Amino acid sequence: MINTKVNIAGVELKNPVMTASGTFGSGMEYAEFVDLNKLGAVVTKGVANVPWEGNPTPRVCETYGGMLNAIGLQNPGIDVFIERDIPFLKQFDTKIIVNVCGRSAADYVEVVEKLSDQPVDLLEINVSCPNVKHGGIAFGQDPKCLSEITKEIKAKAKQPIIMKLSPNVTDIAEMAKAAEAAGSDAVSLINTLTGMKIDIHKRTFALANKTGGLSGPAIKPVAVRMVYQVANAVKIPVIGMGGIANAEDAVEFLLAGATGVAVGAMNFVNPYATVEVVDGIAEYMKTYGIEDLTEIIGSVK
Amino acid sequence: MEQKKKEQAVVYRQTQRATGVFDMWIETSIAKQARPGQFISVYTQNRSALLPRPISVCETDKEKGRLRIVYRVAGTGTKEFSAYKSGHRIDVLGPLGNGFPLEEAKGKRVFIIGGGIGIPPMLELAKAITDAASKDIILGYRNNELFLAEDLKKYGNMHIATEDGSAGIKGHALNIIETEGLSADVIFACGPMPMLRAVKHYADMKSIPAYISLEERMACGVGACLGCVVKTKEIDHHSHVNNARICTDGPVYLAERVEI
Repeated sequence: MINTKVNIAGVELKNPVMTASGTFGSGMEYAEFVDLNKLGAVVTKGVANVPWEGNPTPRVCETYGGMLNAIGLQNPGIDVFIERDIPFLKQFDTKIIVNVCGRSAADYVEVVEKLSDQPVDLLEINVSCPNVKHGGIAFGQDPKCLSEITKEIKAKAKQPIIMKLSPNVTDIAEMAKAAEAAGSDAVSLINTLTGMKIDIHKRTFALANKTGGLSGPAIKPVAVRMVYQVANAVKIPVIGMGGIANAEDAVEFLLAGATGVAVGAMNFVNPYATVEVVDGIAEYMKTYGIEDLTEIIGSVK
Repeated sequence: MEQKKKEQAVVYRQTQRATGVFDMWIETSIAKQARPGQFISVYTQNRSALLPRPISVCETDKEKGRLRIVYRVAGTGTKEFSAYKSGHRIDVLGPLGNGFPLEEAKGKRVFIIGGGIGIPPMLELAKAITDAASKDIILGYRNNELFLAEDLKKYGNMHIATEDGSAGIKGHALNIIETEGLSADVIFACGPMPMLRAVKHYADMKSIPAYISLEERMACGVGACLGCVVKTKEIDHHSHVNNARICTDGPVYLAERVEI
């Protein structure tokens, strides 16, 4: 019998596999393809205190081995989310992690407070979206600002919080330490890397926003490196993501020190990817005679 | 609602129809479910080009389980598709999108308007509309490479315009309506954005409904990523902002609902 359970800030997940925020909606769209009951957790698209329109189109474009997006955190606002998305997810035997976004500390706090009596397991705080001017990126690129926002949110949050870190910094381990010191219960990384694509035929930017966040297999080595650095710098659990396409990729992140792993852009390429990663991790454990998945977390030093 | 799925299809036959325009029949279970105006996502085998290419359903043969796509080579993905021979295996996801509301054609005088690579989905539509009072099929091409015109003319009164005047009248699809003094009670259209804007304007002037099929850069194709949105006049029921998802709420919209 193998044990794939992992524990993140006191919340037990049946397996470490979750969805990366913004790539899975609130699970409704992918429930047509995968059994959400099989996932460790569903991490929702970012939700703010009020509805956000997001950026103009084109919002997405393909790049070598990945894609750029500049959706701009379009979301229906927390009230609709509580009424519609949470009850939907509650039908499944999986943990619910709500990604929270905001333009100011007060925005985040408002969302977090509205979620306090909701059946939500964890809160992921998006302080690292590169596509919204005041979408929290300012909070995520300076350790002092990150520390302050973490404290403010932690003081109001009823559920454990996961600060989601930006890779667009000089030293991500410093950011992780700042989040930990300020009371964050876990960290997740990496958010997308800021990038740009130019359409040489139209002689313009491929995205209306000019820049976008790079995701997909192209960024995986950067993500593995950063997860390794962060896992060795903090004691709180690390959720790793960035280009995970299959179980082999996910195992790399676990070995590097991630307690949880998230499938992001590859959901768009393979709508069954999440469940294939769950099954593939179990296969890996059988192949190598691993009884408890936690044995291998961070085992490559 | 039909079940969306990703599966491996087999290329039955592929032929070139015009400069850069290819006509591919594939064998897939999606053929049975697909309705006019829906699309499929087609995956490349080039692992550096990951996102699926959304391509409209041109025609289906439900009995034989075959689905036809007619597409223009626009980049690395479609260039790869154009080289596929019979028997080639290809990953597809579908059926996607809402499709045209066929019931709106019942007893009505219908315009079926297609421009350029927006013409293919109009074939399955023209075939499927069987209870209209009349069907005028109005097509705009770049030049006299009139792909699909032979197929379409079986299903209605055909009118053609070309940008260079080498076939039909010189001009755009909408010029035909004026030149030939045509009129209708309802419009179905797919084509480039300037054409769709003209259709929306015309429908507004005539106070008739126009159902237009839109296109936008997509990633997931199933409504999750929010990449392919169109501005809507009213707050959208799903997004709660003035944006609707083209891949799931569309690609077909009542023109007056969208800001294009």
